Amino acid sequence: MSPDLLYALAGVVLCGIGLFGFLLLEHLLRRLLAFNLIGSGVFLVLIGLAQHRNGPDPVPQALVLTGIVVAIAATALAVVLIRRYYHLTGHTSLADDGEAQS
Amino acid sequence: MNQWLMAGLLFTPLAWAALSLLLDFRQGRWLSWLGMLIQALVSLGLWVAVASNGGFYYALAGWEAPLGIALRVDGLAVTFVLLTAAVATACGLHAGVYLDPSKSWQRYFWPLFWFLWAGLNGVWLGADLFNLYVSLELISLSAVGLVALGGEAAALRAALRYLFAVLLGSLVYLLGVALLYGQFGTLSLTGIAAVVGADEPAAAMALLLMLAGLALKTALFPLHGWLPPAHGVAKSPVSALLSGLVVKASFYIAARLWLELGDRLGSHTLAQGIGALGAGAVIWGSWLAFRQPHLKQVVAYSSVAQIGYLFLLFPLTFAVAEPVSRLAQQGITLQVVSHALAKSAMFLAAGNLILSVRSKRVDALGGVSHYLPFSLFSFGLAGVSLMSLPPTGGFAAKWLLLQASLASGQWWWVVVLLLGGVLAAAYVFRIYRATFLEDRASDDFYHPPRSLEAIPMLLALLALGLGLVAEPVLSVLALPFEVAAEVAADVAVQP
Amino acid sequence: MSLSALLPILALLSSLLAAVVIFALPESSHRLRTLVNLLAALLKLGVVAVMTWGVFRGVDFSVSFTMLPGVSFMLRADALAMLFAGLSAVLWLFTTIYAVGYLEDSPNRSRFFGFFSLCVASTMGVALAGNLFTFFLFYEMLTLSTYPLVVHRGTDKSLQAGRNYIIYTLGGGVALLLGIAWLHGLAGDLPFQETGHFQGADPALHGQLTLIFVLLIAGLGVKAGLFPLHGWLPQAMVAPAPVSALLHAVAVVKAGAFGIVRVVYDIYGIDFAYALGLLEPLAWLAAFTIIYGSVRALWQTDLKRRLAFSTISQVSYIILGVTLFGPLGAVGGLVHLLHQGIMKITLFFCAGNYAETLGVHRVDELDGAGARMPATSVAFTLAALGMIGVPPLAGFVTKWALGAGALAAEMEWAILVLLVSSLLNAAYFLPIVYRLWFCPIAAPWPAERRWGRLETHAWLFWPPLVTTLMLVLVGLLAATFVSPLSWAQLIAVRMYLP
Repeated sequence: MSPDLLYALAGVVLCGIGLFGFLLLEHLLRRLLAFNLIGSGVFLVLIGLAQHRNGPDPVPQALVLTGIVVAIAATALAVVLIRRYYHLTGHTSLADDGEAQS
Repeated sequence: MNQWLMAGLLFTPLAWAALSLLLDFRQGRWLSWLGMLIQALVSLGLWVAVASNGGFYYALAGWEAPLGIALRVDGLAVTFVLLTAAVATACGLHAGVYLDPSKSWQRYFWPLFWFLWAGLNGVWLGADLFNLYVSLELISLSAVGLVALGGEAAALRAALRYLFAVLLGSLVYLLGVALLYGQFGTLSLTGIAAVVGADEPAAAMALLLMLAGLALKTALFPLHGWLPPAHGVAKSPVSALLSGLVVKASFYIAARLWLELGDRLGSHTLAQGIGALGAGAVIWGSWLAFRQPHLKQVVAYSSVAQIGYLFLLFPLTFAVAEPVSRLAQQGITLQVVSHALAKSAMFLAAGNLILSVRSKRVDALGGVSHYLPFSLFSFGLAGVSLMSLPPTGGFAAKWLLLQASLASGQWWWVVVLLLGGVLAAAYVFRIYRATFLEDRASDDFYHPPRSLEAIPMLLALLALGLGLVAEPVLSVLALPFEVAAEVAADVAVQP
Repeated sequence: MSLSALLPILALLSSLLAAVVIFALPESSHRLRTLVNLLAALLKLGVVAVMTWGVFRGVDFSVSFTMLPGVSFMLRADALAMLFAGLSAVLWLFTTIYAVGYLEDSPNRSRFFGFFSLCVASTMGVALAGNLFTFFLFYEMLTLSTYPLVVHRGTDKSLQAGRNYIIYTLGGGVALLLGIAWLHGLAGDLPFQETGHFQGADPALHGQLTLIFVLLIAGLGVKAGLFPLHGWLPQAMVAPAPVSALLHAVAVVKAGAFGIVRVVYDIYGIDFAYALGLLEPLAWLAAFTIIYGSVRALWQTDLKRRLAFSTISQVSYIILGVTLFGPLGAVGGLVHLLHQGIMKITLFFCAGNYAETLGVHRVDELDGAGARMPATSVAFTLAALGMIGVPPLAGFVTKWALGAGALAAEMEWAILVLLVSSLLNAAYFLPIVYRLWFCPIAAPWPAERRWGRLETHAWLFWPPLVTTLMLVLVGLLAATFVSPLSWAQLIAVRMYLP
């Protein structure tokens, strides 16, 4: 087992934990953090697996860089929306459906 | 010539997005009118160029893959580019009149609109999996922004649900990309297709992940929960964009993946399973559409149902004869195009009807036909295409899919196709029926401006006419394309 | 583009464009709308007349283009097409005139006449369709364009009727689409041709072809009001009288019957359909529908409902004629397509006149109406006698030809059906005629209106009289070469002697 593969496996574990949180948590900020956790896991898999198979490779590094930028943008958007939603309704989760319909 | 067209196509939306960020809504509108004109002309020019000379590959700014961005410009891609130009221009023009410029947040409409357009073009033309991911994210984020534009709690709630769904979908897709890159060391779809073998469980797993992520983003049953609130609550032009184009982007990637890799990485069970989910979407979505009390919710659930048809592509192209597969691909392409036109027409018309009767409810429509609003006709015509009755594009699509199902002996999809048409008739005629009722107490009726009424009519007529000119449209898809050279180049890049 | 390709398109466009123009006109411009309507109807009549003359001389009017891979949109005028096109062109003119009078001062006229023209455009398309695919195109367009006419009044009752109409016809459309798509998968694009396509087909396909035939007939039978698919027809009577006239005499039921004629003769081919054993069950079904419709008509107290059940019965004459194996039966069935149209439209015009002028809807309120409205009542009486089959009116010619056909085909039971049906026709029509002329007025009319000199509004007065004249003439002149009978013989000759 190479260290690269270890990274990849750690990435898979992170994805799992993140997915768990994403599906089960209700608080919007926690879900957002869980999303970031999945993201980091995927990036680790992307780099680790590629380097494990093909040796040092600049391409995944460049990809992950782009991926991080995208993730930051998504996180920023989500934070803005969550904050505004909290201001308007006082809720921190989407669970209580019927109330905000009106 | 092609260089200039490509530059215009890709550069304009991004430049316009940046520029309009600096302007308020009214100034942005002027700017965007110019931009839409440029985009429409460039898209048309590119379509004509490809239709006469065939497809080509284009490396953005001369940087070759894998670090640069390679674009694949073929018949299917330019058809969708042109479709995007038509629908987005219509929605943009409509939004310019429909949205109230006095609200301060409306100024963000134009930047989001242009980012969305840029992302869509990126998806249609993208040739490698990672750039497709970036384009998808660009689409998703701007679409979420557009949904949230109203700023009310309901819109924010819908936008957040939408955001979480599409983010999860993107990451699952990206995980699949990571696995594929780890396996093959290339991101080019044709490159992977050239080297992939039949028995590769890791690659099959990757394909499954990518399809699952994309299915979530396309709102395939039973992952459709986020779509109706988002499409129903957004402003009408936004709903039209989302239903007409945005969901098609992720489906388009799924379809490309399947057509390139499905024959080796897919399985009979997977193909039939995805088809079954599509069938479930058709039936469940139609039923829910029939039950909705609000007009726009009916239209939104109808999108869930119509998206279901698209996934019949998977069983109808798996392990079937080449002509049958081609019939199915043509049918699905027509379904995408006709649904995009009809559904955006329907959303825009529904928005006008809601303005007219000042209520979102279906049963408030009683006696609307009395006032002979143009929008009702547009709505009706678009409905004919959704019911896939002749001579609309929806009918042409259904006919081809019927032929493909019959020719491949998969008669159960015939049942789904026919039943779907009947169910669509049920929810569309429910609306017609409501408009013919003559016991409306109040005569309170507002006539929307003519320009608002003309745009959905044009889109609906396009959906109608598509059925009559389906043959020339489809012939562009079947253009010859130099794949061999590109595959060779890609294989050479591999370490 | 040559003239022979232009004319079928013109025949379609004349009413299609009229529909577009009418939709675009504001509600209040009644004169202009009427003018557009009448000009379009006259133009169409002229085009159809020219084409009929051309077809008689053997000119081939056709136009086609590829619509989808392997499928073409095809318009073609053969003798059979012109029979139906001629019927709808002539009757459209009179129905338009009638409808203008009938709907005077009522709301939503722009919508009404727009869809009315669209409906006739679809009928023309059904008539001129050159292959099964194009036929289906217009057949479904017809469904859609008649729905707004059926629910025109916007009452709960008419919406209910519209709902049933749509359920029946779209359901039929699904069966038809499945049949056509399946047939296309087996045999490719199928243009209508006089001897059919399946002469000498592979015996292995016979099972599938039989199943497809059942699907096609089921799909077409809905519009033709074939038992047990007729349920929508009596309900659709809530529509305004010109719509009922259009549905019953010209467009909808005739499109169904015409489709059955096309499938039997021009797709399967009469010999092959006979060889497959498909005609006999269809003949029995048609015979049963004839009797059933007549029996049900006996018990209807509402005038229009009685006429509706009469339609169910009469349209099946056409189907019966088609299934009688032999040219004579074919002549009877085909000529009835036209004769029934003329007679039934007269009856509906008269029923509408009674309703509009006197407010009478029920049979037992008609007592003494002959004295108040003599011209209308004469028209009604003659049409009713024609339906019964009294010589020398139109219905007699049909029944004579059908009887001769049954004898020639050695299906004597069909003559019995004709006789029983004629007796039943007499049983439900003669009491009305008796009430019109021989009963004194029992009570004042429910809602009498006066329009100047004539017994009713002039636009309502003339159309039934003209169609009555026609139904007398087609009977009297049946033996001459200008009659529908000779035209039907021309079709039968071309069909049986290729």
